[in-house]
Amino acid sequence: MALITCRDVSLRYENTVAVGHVSFTVSEGERLYIVGENGSGKSTLLLGLLGLMQPFAGEIAYSEDLRRDEIGFLPQQTPVQRDFPAAVREVVLSGCLGRCGMRPFYSAADRKRCQESMRRLGIEALARRSFRELSGGQQQRVLLARALCATTKLLLLDEPATGLDPIVTAELYAAVDELNRRDRVAVVMVSHDIAAAVRGGGQILQLDSHQGAAYYGPAADYPASAAGKKLMGGFRHD
Amino acid sequence: MTELFSLFSYGFMVRALIVGSLTALCASLLGVSLVLKRFSMIGDGLSHVGFGAMSAAMALGAAPLPVAAPVVILTAFLLLRVSESRKIHGDAAIALVSSSALAFGVIAASLSSGMNADVNSYLFGSVLAMSRGDVVLSVLLAAGVLIVFAAFYHKIFAVTFDERFAAATGVHVRRCNLLLALLTAITIVVGMRIMGAMLISALIIFPPLTAMRLFRSFRGVVLCAAGVSVGAFLCGLFASYWFSIPAGASVVAANLVLFVLFWAAGAIRTRLEYRKHS
Repeated sequence: MALITCRDVSLRYENTVAVGHVSFTVSEGERLYIVGENGSGKSTLLLGLLGLMQPFAGEIAYSEDLRRDEIGFLPQQTPVQRDFPAAVREVVLSGCLGRCGMRPFYSAADRKRCQESMRRLGIEALARRSFRELSGGQQQRVLLARALCATTKLLLLDEPATGLDPIVTAELYAAVDELNRRDRVAVVMVSHDIAAAVRGGGQILQLDSHQGAAYYGPAADYPASAAGKKLMGGFRHD
Repeated sequence: MTELFSLFSYGFMVRALIVGSLTALCASLLGVSLVLKRFSMIGDGLSHVGFGAMSAAMALGAAPLPVAAPVVILTAFLLLRVSESRKIHGDAAIALVSSSALAFGVIAASLSSGMNADVNSYLFGSVLAMSRGDVVLSVLLAAGVLIVFAAFYHKIFAVTFDERFAAATGVHVRRCNLLLALLTAITIVVGMRIMGAMLISALIIFPPLTAMRLFRSFRGVVLCAAGVSVGAFLCGLFASYWFSIPAGASVVAANLVLFVLFWAAGAIRTRLEYRKHS
């Protein structure tokens, strides 16, 4: 069943079109990679899916059993976070904030959920450590656990491997993979790592700056497509 | 010992003690978020605007606190708007507003009564400044700031740590930032009579930075900053009484001493941890 359906969606900043005429669906337990060159509107499209930006044209429809605050989001890290004094538990727990509504404090259920998310990502031992003292890979796991506190249905990841070395990147992908396969969490990932996207299976959506999708279909067919040949060729510099 | 408590026999000292410690508490709590959001200078800008408004009020013969409060709150919203629009950078916008308001205040003061003792006390603070009515108003405002901060603590943490994520989980980031600006403006207006327009921003900036030398969780930093801030205020006020120096300056000096102590303690701890691991 489709969690999110985008029909002919266009998003624009004041005068410039960032995403034009894109249609796709995200189904339960599915995996969708959004790829494309810099400035092709990948991150803008994520903002649209999160409801932080209204489409200028077209429609983004959510399934009835997906509340808007039930989307788990892993944003790109900001410079503020590098020297931010926060315990890992505080960061993970803040993922439950969407459930709080007007209630000013976390409930026992929220704390249990936080513990469960940390267990799933194997970071329970870090709970009392400071976020800024962790390695890049550990930090991404913490932020992933925070996203899991918000949802168990859909994760949106914005270039999660930025700044990570290949080994840690592989571990992070494995963690996401496990959530997707074992817990049936649908994953939408913006990524520059096209090889990993093809290997991972699922769907690929390639954006072309303001001209709609250059490719939308199964990952397995992507390398043979015209768009895939161009983008993957470009990465090999030949 | 009797000498230590003799200062409580002066009504103005008791008033300064009450209002000052409440302001120090509020300022340190808000300061943690402001410093981490790279908004440290907002306190400086707002206090200068407060000085401008108070000078103008004095020139017109109006009560200073009720005039300054709405002006400073309005400026806080304005500064936040400007720094969001990104056409002028936040720090540059604050510097512009801050020096203009200072100039306006000095002009207003010298056109009316000249640069007299009142103007001096607005700039550098005075423990004599608080009237009984000021104390009641200040205590009410400070209590409001503390209650609202406690109610929004988790939202403030989320918005400070990661605005994007907070927005995605349905927190109204803009409203939260406005709230932070509003609380800061109130705190500054309440505290600037004692601390002075030039020195009040130290109450916002010092305690969080001091607490961050030793504490690694957000809650730890918030609680420690509150303790440091009130402690430094009390030390500063006693010192000002004993040595007959202006309270604002001695409170800032006490904050500086605590910062250096915490910094040294933090450096020693880091070295010990390093030795343990190697």
